[in-house]
Amino acid sequence: MYHTLLFLHLLAAFALVSTVVIYSAFALGAAGDSRVLAVGNVLWAVGGLGTLVFGLWLAIDLKRYQPWDGWIIAALLLWAAATELGRRAEVGLKPAADVAEAERARAVMFHWLRSLTVLALLVVMIYKPGA
Amino acid sequence: MSVLAFITRLSSWDFPLLVHVLGAMLMVGALVLSGSALVVAWRDGSAPLVRLGYRALLLGVVPSWFVMRAGAEWIASKEHLTNSKASWIGIGFSTADSGALFIIIATILSGFAVRRLRTGEGSSGLGRAATVLVGLLIVAYLVTLWAMATKPL
Repeated sequence: MYHTLLFLHLLAAFALVSTVVIYSAFALGAAGDSRVLAVGNVLWAVGGLGTLVFGLWLAIDLKRYQPWDGWIIAALLLWAAATELGRRAEVGLKPAADVAEAERARAVMFHWLRSLTVLALLVVMIYKPGA
Repeated sequence: MSVLAFITRLSSWDFPLLVHVLGAMLMVGALVLSGSALVVAWRDGSAPLVRLGYRALLLGVVPSWFVMRAGAEWIASKEHLTNSKASWIGIGFSTADSGALFIIIATILSGFAVRRLRTGEGSSGLGRAATVLVGLLIVAYLVTLWAMATKPL
């Protein structure tokens, strides 16, 4: 059970990072394409739900961790922050002609903040501070 | 855990693991980006998307493969697993190393596809071949992820 949950949790985390990579390409100036961005958005939705559900399931399944452990609470806060930053990035990075330059610049900033948040999430997952 | 113990862990096997996992995540993410762009280009022949697929391979997949592979070697040597006969280690090293060949071929094919698009020639065969290779790489690395997580004998 543990290994299956870990695999599904990791698979979901890979989906989250795939979204970050896809958005990074557009933030760095690649020509916007709504279909490729849609892949990124679907991966964030699936990965976000997957990391949350399987991560909490793992914390409940394993006796050495509890869902209210400090590092798990920190990860949940980072997850929520990354999701909100991603939502704001999505609005300004869509390939629409009516997106103003200032709005796009703000979206790019939100994207890089989300990328840093996801990196912090990965660091917390690996080091498990306090565990 | 005390602050000292936490700092000590920073220099233990956690950092090589972070390097390995981050490299693998960025590599798979760049493969997904490249694959998505090339699949969409397969349907409508969009030159910017073929270029995006090529750049994702060259500037995303190739460097992150090195990060992933270096992290793997580092953590394997720290945990004395370099000569391990465990199948999950074997799956990891074999997909990483044979995957490198596929990555190089896919990058070259998509690079030629971009060049042919620039000169006005059709690129569909080269671009589609690269798409298939990228798809195979994604499947292979998902199997590797399963092996790394479940550690079958």
